[in-house]
Amino acid sequence: MRLFRVMRILRTALRAIRKNPMRTALTMLGIIIGVGAVIAMMEIGSGSSDAIAKTIARMGANTLLVLPGAATSGGIGFGAGSSMTLTPQDCDAIIRDCPAVKSAAPLVRARGQAVYQDRNWVPMSIYGTTADYLSVRDWTDLSQGDVFTDKDVRNSTKVCLIGQTIARELFQGVSPIGKEMRVLNISFKVVGVLSSKGANMMGMDQDDIILAPWTTIKFRVGASSSTSTGSTTSSTTSTTSSPSQLYPNSQTSLYPVPSDTQAADNPQPVRFTNVDQIVAAANSTAEIPQAIDQITALLRERHRIRDPKDDDFNIRNMTEMTNALSSTTTLMTKLLLAVALISLIVGGVGIMNIMLVSVTERTREIGLRMAVGARAKDILRQFLIEAVVLCLAGGILGIILGCGGSYLITRFLRWPTETSVPAIVASVFVSASVGIIFGYYPAWKASRLDPIEALRYE
Amino acid sequence: MELIELKNICKTYYMGDIDVPVLKGITISISKGEFVALMGASGSGKSTLMNILGCLDHPTSGEYWLEEREISKVSADERANLRNHKIGFVFQNFNLLARTSALENVMMPLSYTREHLSDKEVKRRAEELLNRVGLGDRMHHEPSELSGGQQQRVAVARSLINRPSVLFADEPTGNLDSKTSEEVLAMFKQLNVEEGITVIIVTHDPNVARHTQRQIRIHDGLIVDGQTSQGGSQ
Ligand SMILES: Nc1ncnc2c1ncn2[C@@H]1O[C@H](COP(=O)(O)OP(=O)(O)OP(=O)(O)O)[C@@H](O)[C@H]1O
Ligand SMILES: [Mg+2]
Repeated sequence: MRLFRVMRILRTALRAIRKNPMRTALTMLGIIIGVGAVIAMMEIGSGSSDAIAKTIARMGANTLLVLPGAATSGGIGFGAGSSMTLTPQDCDAIIRDCPAVKSAAPLVRARGQAVYQDRNWVPMSIYGTTADYLSVRDWTDLSQGDVFTDKDVRNSTKVCLIGQTIARELFQGVSPIGKEMRVLNISFKVVGVLSSKGANMMGMDQDDIILAPWTTIKFRVGASSSTSTGSTTSSTTSTTSSPSQLYPNSQTSLYPVPSDTQAADNPQPVRFTNVDQIVAAANSTAEIPQAIDQITALLRERHRIRDPKDDDFNIRNMTEMTNALSSTTTLMTKLLLAVALISLIVGGVGIMNIMLVSVTERTREIGLRMAVGARAKDILRQFLIEAVVLCLAGGILGIILGCGGSYLITRFLRWPTETSVPAIVASVFVSASVGIIFGYYPAWKASRLDPIEALRYE
Repeated sequence: MELIELKNICKTYYMGDIDVPVLKGITISISKGEFVALMGASGSGKSTLMNILGCLDHPTSGEYWLEEREISKVSADERANLRNHKIGFVFQNFNLLARTSALENVMMPLSYTREHLSDKEVKRRAEELLNRVGLGDRMHHEPSELSGGQQQRVAVARSLINRPSVLFADEPTGNLDSKTSEEVLAMFKQLNVEEGITVIIVTHDPNVARHTQRQIRIHDGLIVDGQTSQGGSQ
């Protein structure tokens, strides 16, 4: 029963709309363009915010640094990363037991001169690590050669990967693969060249880097992974070799020689091998807090720490970068919303305008309908439904237009887009609401007409 | 009590400063089942009176009782309902929906009817009525594709769609040739006799008036003849 009535009302609305196709099309144009633009922008927007997220991830926003805690002795603090509490086994455990962590790698730092034939260069960073470092840094695509393997790490093989800057400065166009170069007076075979990464956020050249198995750096090169390393590279002993000093190298010891301070601070023998830091990457920016929690819990358990005050490690993340990312996305969303709102208001005003004209034009029709028994609310409903049908039809056409547009953009401009179902659903609701809001006044005006006055209207 | 009772109905149009009194105290009663002609010179106020009788317009003063209800005390929605159910109205100028087929025009009042008929039933009724007024072959024509007489017959069919108990027709034969007007009048007579519908028509034509049982004459806003059914027919 009710259904008959609804169908009849809908049919009346459709008939009225069909009577003036040109005007209907022009009326809907506002909504069509508005919704179409919103859909297209949402799709392009979510596509590009995905791309931005990826870019920022590549910049290291998902990276976590696990540093050893500060060592203190006799009231003298040595600053962050000055104790020797992190082990490579910690790193393995993180990889194994923290689901929010995509990958992790230990890091041992060294500083010194690299020499190839008659050229020399002091790289910004010489890191001992594992192959996982590249996945942590989202840097797995090499420009030449291969990454060193886990076996190389186990055997302390003297192989290395070099960054673009090193390749340029030392090898100058010659392919570095398979070449022997000397780093801190140890001969390394170059197995791969990293792809270019450019400067980091601080403006430091990230391509000025040598990566080698951490065991090699730690035990053969003898990086001083002790109290003096930590986050301040400047305090690391910089070994610049002069020709006279090439052989024998005082630092070519297999086991780390404790420094004086270290010996004084830690009377017990060091039972384990420590690393300077562990770098880890969370699965996504959103999972950074979970990753931090999981690593914290894991390391507390492994280090047998009950009181959080006694933590012998620090975890740092790139909060600033993550914030930048999220604020970019929210700004973009807000901007899109503002544009959407404006265009829909413009469309709605168009609808209202046409509906008012239509009410005036159809005054006699309204009078007649009232004369044969239409109540004020029937008239109100009829015009309201007409406006809503107009808006919904416009909205659906707009969705088709928007999806089509973003498809064409992906197809021909190769911009990343992504179909946004919430945006489509929201568009349908919003266009219906626009119909109700902007159709109400004209419909109300129509329903207030007096039948006999309306019939006399010329 | 009579079906329709008018007690001292006055209607005055206010046009700026000037008052235009059109009806100056109309008192008539019409019983159920009567067939009445309302006659009078042009501008005498026949259409004005019909609009009041059809619950379309309000009198300035006076009482209008329809089926024992005082119409001025009835709500707008209830009056709409009366117009839909009880009253059939044929306008002097037809008032058909433009660019809408004859069939749809006839079906239109049923979309405001409270008891809901199926689409099929609605269509069947409308077709039946159009056949009855002799427009079975013009159902899908729009008003602009119909002659004046045909439009008038569509309007008659529309007024009958809801099986009213009273039919008001403002010059229903004004645009018809004598043959068709005879047919339409015969139809009204049939409705009156067979279905007991009370019919009130406005006409100038004494030949048309002759078909009716009673003639009410209105002159200058006052009833001059046929005030009551007894004194009506000469
Ligand atoms: N809305 C109005 N405003 C002012 N005056 C009006 C209005 N409607 C009708 N009148 C006047 O009321 C008088 C009666 O009009 P009405 O339409 O009732 O005449 P009628 O008897 O139906 O004439 P006809 O036979 O030509 O149809 C006319 O003089 C007309 O000018
Ligand atoms: Mg008239």
